[in-house]
Amino acid sequence: MEFFNNHTKLFTTAFLFFLVLTLFVVIIPAISNQQNNAPLPNAVPLSEDARKGKELFIANGCVACHTQQVRNIDMDSRWGKRPGIAADYADMKRMDVWRNTATLAGTERTGPDLTDVGNRQPSLDWNLVHLYNPRIVVKESVMPAYPWLFERKAMPADSDVVVNVPEAFLGGKPGKVVAGQEALQLVAYLQSLKQAELPGESRAPEFLYKKVVKSTEESGGSESGANGALLYTNNCQACHQADGQGLPGAFPPLANSEVVNGDDLSLYIDIIMNGYDARPEYGAMPGVGTMMGFTADEVAAIINHERTSWGNQGKEVTAEEVQEIINMLEAEK
Amino acid sequence: MEEVSNIYSLQLGWQEVIMVSFIALLLTLLGVLLSLYHRVLNIRNTTYGGPDLRIKRHIEQLSSEQLDTLLQYKKYRIAKRKVSSVSKKAVMSIVALSACLPLFAQETTATGIDWGNAGIVITIILILIPVLCGLVLMVVKIRRTLSRYQQRQNDAMANELAQYLGGLSDPEVLDNLEERKAALEYGLTHTELAGNIQVHDRRGLIASTRSDVNLPIAALKKRAVRRPNIDSRLAKLVLWYIGTAAFWLLFGTSVGQYLGIKFVAPDVDQISWLSFGRLRPVHTNAVFWGWASLGMLGLGHYIVPRVSNVPLASLRYGWYSLILINATVLVGTISLMAGINNGGGEYREYIWPIMLPFAVALALTLVNFLKTIARRKTAEIYISNWYMVSAIIFTIVIALVAYLPFWQNGLGEIIAQGYYMHQGVGMWFMLFTLGVVYYFLPQQLNKPIYSYSLGILAFWTQILFYTLIGTHHFIFSAIPWWLQTVAIVGSAGMAIPVIAGTTNFLLTFRGAWYKVKDSYTLPFFLAGVIFYFTGSMQGTAEAFRYTNLVWHFTDFTVAHSHLTMYGIISFLLWGSIYAVVPRLTGQEPPQLTVGAHFWFALIGLLFYTVPLMYGSTLKGLLWMEGKPFIDSVVLMAPYWLWRAIGGSLMWLSHLLFAYNLYKMFRTGPRSNIVEAALAKLTNDTAPTAETR
Repeated sequence: MEFFNNHTKLFTTAFLFFLVLTLFVVIIPAISNQQNNAPLPNAVPLSEDARKGKELFIANGCVACHTQQVRNIDMDSRWGKRPGIAADYADMKRMDVWRNTATLAGTERTGPDLTDVGNRQPSLDWNLVHLYNPRIVVKESVMPAYPWLFERKAMPADSDVVVNVPEAFLGGKPGKVVAGQEALQLVAYLQSLKQAELPGESRAPEFLYKKVVKSTEESGGSESGANGALLYTNNCQACHQADGQGLPGAFPPLANSEVVNGDDLSLYIDIIMNGYDARPEYGAMPGVGTMMGFTADEVAAIINHERTSWGNQGKEVTAEEVQEIINMLEAEK
Repeated sequence: MEEVSNIYSLQLGWQEVIMVSFIALLLTLLGVLLSLYHRVLNIRNTTYGGPDLRIKRHIEQLSSEQLDTLLQYKKYRIAKRKVSSVSKKAVMSIVALSACLPLFAQETTATGIDWGNAGIVITIILILIPVLCGLVLMVVKIRRTLSRYQQRQNDAMANELAQYLGGLSDPEVLDNLEERKAALEYGLTHTELAGNIQVHDRRGLIASTRSDVNLPIAALKKRAVRRPNIDSRLAKLVLWYIGTAAFWLLFGTSVGQYLGIKFVAPDVDQISWLSFGRLRPVHTNAVFWGWASLGMLGLGHYIVPRVSNVPLASLRYGWYSLILINATVLVGTISLMAGINNGGGEYREYIWPIMLPFAVALALTLVNFLKTIARRKTAEIYISNWYMVSAIIFTIVIALVAYLPFWQNGLGEIIAQGYYMHQGVGMWFMLFTLGVVYYFLPQQLNKPIYSYSLGILAFWTQILFYTLIGTHHFIFSAIPWWLQTVAIVGSAGMAIPVIAGTTNFLLTFRGAWYKVKDSYTLPFFLAGVIFYFTGSMQGTAEAFRYTNLVWHFTDFTVAHSHLTMYGIISFLLWGSIYAVVPRLTGQEPPQLTVGAHFWFALIGLLFYTVPLMYGSTLKGLLWMEGKPFIDSVVLMAPYWLWRAIGGSLMWLSHLLFAYNLYKMFRTGPRSNIVEAALAKLTNDTAPTAETR
């Protein structure tokens, strides 16, 4: 055929064919999205520190293992309160002339999704220890250690943020581990990662492929079905550890803890919901319950799990008791 | 918690152990019974029929030497005749004995017990040991009795035969035996066809003869065809492309292997330049832009002029491209390790000033190839050129889409990213490599491609469907739903070009399958074609919404990309390189190490991908169940170890590849002696092999 034997015609046709398809599947959708998109009113712009932290996040290739996208399927509901929408990325522009926009959506989850990690894991102490060497707090972790973001000082100044690294992870070197500026910036970025709430009445898209609710017998938590062990693993274990022993100098143990086994239920619930910083020998605990929006059911399940594990023998509580105290605590505020 | 970690631990339960050992026991018993049965059958056969029939059988089987002895004997002896009958002996008692054996075996099949109990297991094993020993002893005894019986039978038979043979005197029978002896000793004289005339190879059909043939360790393969007239300057250029490609393969996969180790030992180092997040793109970019791209372009520089039947338009452009691409990968590697990257989009980690030389190199190559094709002496544009030139054109478009800033804000970046990473794979590596295969596969099989039309169909449908599928990396993301659906439909449509291409290649093999075992290049092509089908169709399967639930974000993607980029692209490139380099240098690689390269790469790839696919499926299901995330990390540990083991084999195969290249690149001393001698003889100092 003449057409096939004419290189100009043949290659021009192939080129135009490809170009037109490209226009329709990339260029036009991308530009139209760019023109009809704006950040959510509740979205908080990155602080200066957080912006520098984001650059460190990019430089160290964290996106290779951590996604930042909550898909609209039920299995992703643990990573955020709602599925991600285009507006979540609206504020992301080219960082400078050299580098492209970094949405950091990612394609692989060797580690957890970070879309909402600022709510899920807000503790500064935990983040610093974890960055210094993840295996201090999560022994099964395969994440790289980032000791080069920290310094060693024999006599840390008062303004220095000292990181409580256990002896075994110090490598036999003297001095205290002090968070470098870069480590603090990186944590600032991680803490800034919070899914913005949708404004007013607008309804979030739904999570699809919901799991069919199974019979309650296997959940093993409170009577309403909240699984205390699972909630503990997902929300508490990173600091207080699977064996409830915490981490000396950083996170208090829950095994044989007076708060856990004692009778002051309102203190216990207050710590879970609103955090705690009364003991100087340990790091500050953030208000995990409030940030994660725990229900009374879930709090009761966690308490019951903690009171029946690691040799603890506290009295089990009901969701109603917890609800009462939560109401009371909110009234006090 | 404990419950969870137990479910996914690799430990085999007692139940499985018992099942397996029980099956093994039954199989052993079956084997023993079969062997006894055979022996009995054998004995029955030898005693089958009357004594006459048996003697007849023996005489029919006499060899020429035996006949000779017999006839010699007959010449000097006169015989008496005396034939006695042999009484039959029944073997039924033995058969009956062996039939009893299953009764003993049934001892072990008691049911209704809690198999899982360790005490029970130990008890059963303790019972089984003496029972088994007894069984073995009994079988040995029976076999010995049987063979003694057979021996007696044979002795009797021999006596009988000797008596019969001694009694033979009928001259007719003896003549028959003489005739039989002559027939058995018949042989060719080796001069039936040519007579006694001296043989000459007047048309030069025989390339080389060897008299020092030893028993080979591995099967001998066909040697490469002698070098055609290739411009030695072009040869040098192509060899440089292939040589630097091999360097980046070694470098890139060494990094990859180190990354694989980091999954097993995350604290193997704590140096910022070597941390996982920085090294991962070093690995992917080095093998993409270094190894595969340079390898493909090197082969392209060989193919385009050959199928156009003209010299390459500009050697200089070829050298510029080579230098620019190598510069991109070198500087890119250092910048990534230093922490300078483009913002995290996969495969576009190099910042634009570093990627720019690569794009320029592509433009130069495009001009070079198009000019060469424009001067072609053939009417048609061979289909290889369709694929290769289009691949370069498309890749320039892809690079522009990926690096121009006008549509990269917010979600636009994600849309462009999906498009870029998939077009990079499908329109650059796959399209170009298909072009390479359309040249080398027919050449190595020495027959034309099965169907030109199928190739054309695959070409246009590849453009139609492949361009659409980029977004399938972001199914369920914030990207518009319709765009995701388009990507899924496009992925399904990819079945057409893939099946067309695979069919075309496999049917080209048809009628020439026997060549595969005689060639050291064709196994690479065959493996590549098979992976082309399985790997590409796996991509289609992965794109659907349900499979995204299970596999997206898991290590399945990693397994898939290695099945394709390694199984398809690298295998096809290796096949082509082993085909072309001997033509350029006149030196062949050692066939043993080529074979070892092939098998290490293939087995390594399977060890790498299969456990990873299995483990990541479990991982996805675990995520869907809402189990704690860290459980999925624990779950993957053994599969990551397998990945590292497979990776080591792959890496080893690359060392062998480098060694083979070295052997091919080195100018052999033997040819040098001949050349040197000729040069001395003619006093001609300027070799003029360069016809083009």
